[in-house]
Amino acid sequence: MNITIDYFLILSAIMLGAGMYGFFTRRNTLAILISVELILNAADINFAAFNRLCQNGLEGYVFTLFSIAIAAAETAIAIAVMINVYRMLKNNFVDELDTLKW
Amino acid sequence: MNTESIVFIVLAFFVALFSVLSVTTKRIIRAATYLLFVLFGTAGLYFLLGYTFLGAVQIMVYAGGIVVLYIFAIMLTGKTDKSKQYTLSLGKRAAALLAALIGAGLLMFVIISHQFVSKALDANITNEAALPISVIGSTLLNAGEGGNLLPFEAVSVLLLACIIGGLIIARKR
Repeated sequence: MNITIDYFLILSAIMLGAGMYGFFTRRNTLAILISVELILNAADINFAAFNRLCQNGLEGYVFTLFSIAIAAAETAIAIAVMINVYRMLKNNFVDELDTLKW
Repeated sequence: MNTESIVFIVLAFFVALFSVLSVTTKRIIRAATYLLFVLFGTAGLYFLLGYTFLGAVQIMVYAGGIVVLYIFAIMLTGKTDKSKQYTLSLGKRAAALLAALIGAGLLMFVIISHQFVSKALDANITNEAALPISVIGSTLLNAGEGGNLLPFEAVSVLLLACIIGGLIIARKR
């Protein structure tokens, strides 16, 4: 049995589905961010696998590197926002954070 | 069944199991730990593809940086009002499960029905097949044909903006 690209794509589809489920059902903002990380990671696996399939070029590889860097930046900013929200409102559940909602 | 297939199957089950566990577990610190396992498994998949530098970056940035940041944030925001229960109703949970299952199932159907090039990814991925670091460096920092110097610099500016933004948002007032 040889490992073809389909197996990688199916694995990342499972990760995407898990991330979507967590994104819909979680109420804690940090848990929602964890689900977003799962979705981003699934996309990264796809980029790397497709770059392996098309051997001429490194676009997918470089894109995965950039995607990891951007995910790190996004997480840092989002966690700073969450900690600041918690400091002001003493809560980080999305049901309670409705000050801007009207 | 060669060694690569066995390693891939083990890694795939590991990653799929822990990604499902990380969204279904009740405690958020456990979710962060399962996310760490998922990220390690993904790094293993990159190693299996022969992308050793990418796997090392994955472990350093994700497992070493992001998960530690998550765990600190979870501990800093731990004390919430325990009297209120923030749980979804069963109907909403079922609807979310249905949406996720239909989405992933549709995606898998498209992937399987679309006949990708039936060429197997290199069956025996050895150290010789690993991408040399000089090729990565010259691709990343090349301003000419096929180079990526401009996005590289854009990412560096983004990271600088991220540092400043994080400091300003999280500072003590």
